[in-house]
Amino acid sequence: MSESSRIIARRDFIRLASPAVPIALAACGWDGGKHLQPVFDKVIAANNSLGEGLLAVRHAEANPAQIARGQMPSYFVSEGMPTIADPSAWRLEVGGLVRKPTAFTPEMISTLPHINYTITHHCVEGWSVVKSWGGVPFTTFAALVEPMPDAKYVQFDSFDSGYMNGWDIASAMHPQTMLADAFEGKPIAAAHGAPLRLYSPIKLGYKLTKYLTKVTFTDKKIGGYWEDRGYPWFGGL
Amino acid sequence: MPHAVPRHRPIVRITHWLNAVFLAGMIGSGLQIYTAYGHIGFHDDTFNVPNPFDASRMAIPQAVKLGGWLAGGLRWHFTLAWPFVLTGLAYVLFLVISGEWRALLFGPRDVPGAWQMTRYYLRLRKDHPPQGKHNPLQKSAYTFAIVLAMISILSGFAIAKPIQLSFLTSLFGGYEWARYWHFVAVWTFTAFIMAHVVMVFVADPASLRAIITGRYRGRHTSHE
Repeated sequence: MSESSRIIARRDFIRLASPAVPIALAACGWDGGKHLQPVFDKVIAANNSLGEGLLAVRHAEANPAQIARGQMPSYFVSEGMPTIADPSAWRLEVGGLVRKPTAFTPEMISTLPHINYTITHHCVEGWSVVKSWGGVPFTTFAALVEPMPDAKYVQFDSFDSGYMNGWDIASAMHPQTMLADAFEGKPIAAAHGAPLRLYSPIKLGYKLTKYLTKVTFTDKKIGGYWEDRGYPWFGGL
Repeated sequence: MPHAVPRHRPIVRITHWLNAVFLAGMIGSGLQIYTAYGHIGFHDDTFNVPNPFDASRMAIPQAVKLGGWLAGGLRWHFTLAWPFVLTGLAYVLFLVISGEWRALLFGPRDVPGAWQMTRYYLRLRKDHPPQGKHNPLQKSAYTFAIVLAMISILSGFAIAKPIQLSFLTSLFGGYEWARYWHFVAVWTFTAFIMAHVVMVFVADPASLRAIITGRYRGRHTSHE
């Protein structure tokens, strides 16, 4: 084959192959298939560990000195807004690998020392809002129930159709992580997770369990509603 | 036909094509993620920045998105991010160690040459100005592409970890601005790629062969 005909053959190849580009692009709902999915799983798991490592090393806190911005949308997975018939009968059961499992009544929680901050909230979708939150630091509950040393994870359950989240203990014990009962200076509304919800500025919104019923200290890594559907497990900011 | 001269080392060709694949994947999955909230700034609030790609103005076609839905896009994006960064680092490291950066990076000395090249493209000058491996306008474009890659990587980390890497996030003006600069980088990258491909075919088709085989047999052999 002469030099010039080889060049033409190559050009013909490029010309013939070019329609493959739009065809490949049209397949872009592609989730990676059975060969790439395990690769994603490994890399995302490494990203989660990196996030945990970063938190352990830097342990940064979000800056609370901000002015309210944006609208906080209401969000739940149930058909209608989850509410409880008798708020006074509601209890927060804190148990699992703890020495003193406790069922907290609304009165008990209201008498615990509260913290407040106005802070940026980040959603996995890309939006943010700046809102103020009030509640009891998670560490206060931990001090009362006394977790055992092998409690490395925390599971948060809700009455929102099985919505739940698993957390690493370090993120739960972060000084800004709280169980919130106030939003924008008022008792928290059903739209935002009444009577009590998990809140922390160091996690994406889908990690922040609303409509809490149960907090369980455990030695097992627990998934979560969206985490089991593909969102990153650590969800740390 | 001019005789072939060596132009691109294997490391340059490998990182170029890997980068092309990874960048395409990053843009596709990034657009998928962006679709989840196709606006810039706080939720349901005004944030006055120009955004021709705001969801209220246009829907990004499904065909250019990668991942199918938000979580699928996130999984692609946070996986490809690492090989994208690594090939970029390998290439920059090669530029530094080999001294090739001298032929590629745009410096103050290239300003008069860039003016002559502009005049040539605008047909104000008939003959192609003498050039080295790359002409001064190419140098400015390739230097700009490296800066653009750095901006997109750093702003990406800034929006992924706005608390733990808050120093980086505040460098971009906060989370909302960092997200904006990340998208500006995407649009600019897209424009760069289009111009890059057009210029290859219009100005010097032999350069396509050179970035594949490593050997250049076109009109603009080095005058150095």
